[in-house]
Amino acid sequence: MQVDIFLKKKLHNLSFILLLGTAVLGAIILTEYDVAKGFSSVPAAIQWALSNFYPDSESMEKFPDIFEKLVETVLISVAATTSGAALALLFAIAGSSTTQFNRFLGQVSRTIATVFRNIDMAVWSMILLFSFGQSAFTGYFALFFGSFGFLTRAFIESIDEVGDSSVEALRATGAGYFSIIFQSVIPSSISQMISWILFMIETNIRSATLIGILTGTGIGFAFSMYYKSLDYNAASLVVLVIVAAIFIIEWVSNYVRRVIL
Amino acid sequence: MTTLLELKNVSKYYSKDIAALSNIHFSIEEGEFVSVIGPSGAGKSTLLRCINRMIEASSGEVVFNGTNIRKLGRKGLRETRTQIGMIFQHYNLVTRLTVIENVLHGRLGYKSAVAGMLGIYSQEEKQQAIRLLEELGLSQHMYKRVDQLSGGQKQRVGIARALIQNPKMLLCDEPIASLDPGSSKIIMDHIKNISASYKITCLVNLHQVDVALKYSDRIIGVNKGEVVFNGKPSELTTDMIHKIYGSETGDLIFEAGERNAG
Ligand SMILES: Nc1ncnc2c1ncn2[C@@H]1O[C@H](COP(=O)(O)OP(=O)(O)O)[C@@H](O)[C@H]1O
Ligand SMILES: [Mg+2]
Repeated sequence: MQVDIFLKKKLHNLSFILLLGTAVLGAIILTEYDVAKGFSSVPAAIQWALSNFYPDSESMEKFPDIFEKLVETVLISVAATTSGAALALLFAIAGSSTTQFNRFLGQVSRTIATVFRNIDMAVWSMILLFSFGQSAFTGYFALFFGSFGFLTRAFIESIDEVGDSSVEALRATGAGYFSIIFQSVIPSSISQMISWILFMIETNIRSATLIGILTGTGIGFAFSMYYKSLDYNAASLVVLVIVAAIFIIEWVSNYVRRVIL
Repeated sequence: MTTLLELKNVSKYYSKDIAALSNIHFSIEEGEFVSVIGPSGAGKSTLLRCINRMIEASSGEVVFNGTNIRKLGRKGLRETRTQIGMIFQHYNLVTRLTVIENVLHGRLGYKSAVAGMLGIYSQEEKQQAIRLLEELGLSQHMYKRVDQLSGGQKQRVGIARALIQNPKMLLCDEPIASLDPGSSKIIMDHIKNISASYKITCLVNLHQVDVALKYSDRIIGVNKGEVVFNGKPSELTTDMIHKIYGSETGDLIFEAGERNAG
């Protein structure tokens, strides 16, 4: 009986590996992708990057422009994340089983959050391009919707993780719903939530760069503009600025995390 | 003597055919210290929570201070809950907040939504919190975060939070089950002293028979959701303990023997 189970597991694993192998082979054949050529082009790509892709003195003159775009992108990301977080907090309180107003509304808010979470930000920007065109609004709302969906889920987990023990205690004192939320649920989970917001800001700055290419705004647009006009030196400066910004933001958010946790 | 609490035929079904409580019937006088003993799963926690409706009983009446709690609306229930303090096995504090903030939470039942949300407390309420913490030996820890305290200290914060409600009755659900013997004694002594000096009626769930025997005016024995004993500690025979605890005995009988010897 037990031997059977092990054998079954082995067969399962084997068939999974075979399936994966077939899928890879199938994809290579269908797309006519030359594996050998793919790998052999890597050194050439590196060589090209080293000889073209570096900032020179001429591109440094564009630094103020690039920096302005970066600030715009960072600010939009922060604004989208924080406003998304505010809405997510409401939905998380309505959606967590410890704090939900009633079962039906809880289910509704969880479902809405799931829908928003499962639509990728890139897809959001494509959808929003129809309503807002190529503008900063498109990027803002794409980030806003994505953050809202993700943070609602994360906040529900933060609330559930703390558990309902202090909620029970406050209910037993006769405290009302809002007193319980503000005196027990939020103080217990706020640092976890801030940590999620910081994570979301980091992620959003990265996504904002890519969304910017699509929506023609921010630092992403600066990159695609320089790249398409064959100004590789300026484009590389954009990349360096983005990398530096991401490191600085990561450092700041780690510092904040240390302080609050 | 006036009756403060009376349970009439209280039953609770979590699922259709298994009764967690069946036809519980007893009353408690003002100022009495009553322990509820019984094996785990007997229904002690359910019984306590059916009194302040943290759990809704399936049938029966719970009469507290002359009103049937089971008939109360939302507002009436909140008002009645302010009269009943509750103490928990796992303290149920907001561990990221300070000791004094947790104590003041006991006043939230008296507050409007806005005052409660913003945590606005009067000067008298703060003074009372400080007095209670001094009384419970926590004056040095007043502004510490609760997660820095030991278990015994946390439970004293829980007691202070219940007392600041100015309750008529305390419901204690296994208040010492997570504590070492030393802290257990301190906590039980505090609860007993409070009951006597503030004339607060206490209903305490306990797992340990010896503790129940030492502190109680009266003991209620529960087994499988039914009251099988209701009497003075001196009336609790070894046979009776057997009946309450079923097969889960052994050391419990030894404890009762100890009392008879001492
Ligand atoms: N929320 C619940 N849902 C279903 N069954 C429960 C629930 N809470 C308790 N019970 C059951 O009710 C019985 C009494 O539980 P409880 O009151 O916690 O006993 P005690 O506190 O004496 O250990 C147990 O059989 C338990 O499994
Ligand atoms: Mg229990």
